[in-house]
Amino acid sequence: MDLSNTHLLDEAVVTTKLDAVVTWGREASLWPFVFGTACCAIEFMATAASRYDISRFGAEVLRFSPRHADLLIVAGTVSYKQAPILKQIWDQMPEPKWCVAVGACASTGGFYDNYTTLQGIDEIVPVDVYVAGCPPRPEAILDAVMDIQRQLKREPKFELRNTEFKGKLDDI
Amino acid sequence: MTSDTMILIKSSELFETLKKAKEELDYTLLLDITAIDNLHKSHPPFTRFELVYILRHSNFKDTLIYKVPVEDPEIGVESISPVFTSADWAEREIYDQYGIHFKNHKMLKRVLNHEEFVGHPLRKDYEITKGQYCTVSQDLMDEMKPLLNERDLDMNKDDLMIVNLGPSHPASHGTIRTLAALDGETIVAAAAEVGYLHRGFEKSCENHNYNQIIPYTDRLNYCSALMNNIAFAKTVEEMLDITVPDRGIFIRIILAELSRVIDHLVCLAAGLLDMGGQTNYWYLFNPRNDAYDFLSKLTGARLTNSYMRIGGMTHDLYDGWQSDLEDVLVKIDFGITESLKMILHNRIYNDRIQDVSPVSAVQAIDYGFTGPNLRASGVAYDLRFSDPYYYYDTFDFNMVVGSVGDTYDRMMVRFEEMNESIKIIKQAIKRMPGGDINVADKRITMPSKECVYGGIEGMMNQFKLVIDGVKVPEGEHYGAFEAANGELGFYIVSDGSGTPYKVKVRPPSFYHMAAYPKIIENYQVADAIMTLGSLNIIAGEMDR
Repeated sequence: MDLSNTHLLDEAVVTTKLDAVVTWGREASLWPFVFGTACCAIEFMATAASRYDISRFGAEVLRFSPRHADLLIVAGTVSYKQAPILKQIWDQMPEPKWCVAVGACASTGGFYDNYTTLQGIDEIVPVDVYVAGCPPRPEAILDAVMDIQRQLKREPKFELRNTEFKGKLDDI
Repeated sequence: MTSDTMILIKSSELFETLKKAKEELDYTLLLDITAIDNLHKSHPPFTRFELVYILRHSNFKDTLIYKVPVEDPEIGVESISPVFTSADWAEREIYDQYGIHFKNHKMLKRVLNHEEFVGHPLRKDYEITKGQYCTVSQDLMDEMKPLLNERDLDMNKDDLMIVNLGPSHPASHGTIRTLAALDGETIVAAAAEVGYLHRGFEKSCENHNYNQIIPYTDRLNYCSALMNNIAFAKTVEEMLDITVPDRGIFIRIILAELSRVIDHLVCLAAGLLDMGGQTNYWYLFNPRNDAYDFLSKLTGARLTNSYMRIGGMTHDLYDGWQSDLEDVLVKIDFGITESLKMILHNRIYNDRIQDVSPVSAVQAIDYGFTGPNLRASGVAYDLRFSDPYYYYDTFDFNMVVGSVGDTYDRMMVRFEEMNESIKIIKQAIKRMPGGDINVADKRITMPSKECVYGGIEGMMNQFKLVIDGVKVPEGEHYGAFEAANGELGFYIVSDGSGTPYKVKVRPPSFYHMAAYPKIIENYQVADAIMTLGSLNIIAGEMDR
């Protein structure tokens, strides 16, 4: 069913699958929480600014309270010192929620293979999409948002996600 | 180059000597303190640890370096924080990274690494990859309680409220955490915590050769990456006693000034956005994108360019760069003009930031301020004037100086500095000489690809430079550069090999941040947000 033509429906009854409606709502209104720590956050600023304009993909409502958000965008290096804060933010976000690791540092630690840097945020939180680049271009960040949109179409709609995930800081 | 004087003093004389240096010799600006671990030196001095104090004379020309052998890190040396306020965090950092104790320091605790960290990472016997998980964040009340006691305040009796800002807060510019005690809306005491973006720059430098460090320097101040490249390359070149050919220098001037403009654009765009001026954000941020288009065409990357090399740069400018760059300058100028139209006579803008968190000239120097933040306080100090490197003395431009050092001055100095930088770029475009961009020295500059693929000498040359790196003569040197945020210095210790024995960055933001909790006192939370924006704290450079 194409919901963009609702004006043609007048007072008719629409029958569809609940899944389809939920997917339609979710994919067009992702609310990101930007966990911006470093260089990648500057490129995220560019993604949100008018030239690249993340709102074209329905994801411009940047929430700075994790309780309002359903998409965690980790843009930048996450150090061991920062890790408990990342976990706290992830835990505060209501289900269903998705996570994007933007850039080399968030994905793997990048070239900071040293005593300070977490070797990938997937040690702490489950990651759905990894974005390559140091930092990635804004187009790559947009692509990650579209990836999440594609992914949530395929997933079961009313089940908790990532129930089997166990982070390094869980159970502490 | 400024005249550096290095003097060796005993640890017992340290306090008196530095006090004398400040009060009698007029070395008022403590630039940085660092330590050297001599464990792996081939000819180690008598003690394992040495402290290095870098001071600048009030004429802003002379640099004085004191070296202090530390007999026992457990006992340590006398803290000089009663004499220089900027020593407070610098000493904490050395305690954190090297485990050297400072007697009579008020709050000697870790500053970059987390509280659960065991050991001292910059000691040579600490393995670089040995990470340690942090499970909980500290509550910072150990810093807040003495502050409240000093002010004779009580949480309950005075009905105070503690508010935590950051480290993940939209207005905290990355990863800065501030804990503020509020009486109503007014901040009565504040403490700041940094280190959330500590990425081990200095330890990584000790494990990479000089040219491999260039990408790491990009990520210090990621708003003006090229400038860090240039500052680092310039310092190493000073140690090698070489000068880049004129064309290389002019390319560096243009890119450094363009980076300064980009840095100020980001600072002002974000600062005005924090204030609610979103239109300004579009006007200031979009020309930055045009500048990045130029940079990506030139260097291949938007943000982290890694364009410089020791002794020059990777490649020459492309054909038609002038018109592209001039086009960018027109767009930047348009953005600045439009933004200024909206704020210059805007009562909300003026009322909100004038007379907020002023820093006097004497205070600013005591805090270790440099760059636009120091100039806002009315101190005419700019390395491009006091120590004109790279022909800066032949350009026609002005130094921008503020008057009272409030948030307004700090922002307006940046607006004006962008215009001055544009002036420099325009002159440099006109004066761009021809010729080589790299020094003609096979020990430093990579051979051309034709040589590498066409002959054994070229291939061996390339191999040696890649594997061993550029060999820098044994010695120690402090090189300073007027970066967008202030004096960006590199203190490099070389043991004669292709890998530095030690690199210490003198980060301008670290000292600005150390002063931040002090200067926001008696102002409101909303003012503190603006003050943070106007100081332009870049976490990558602050925490390294």
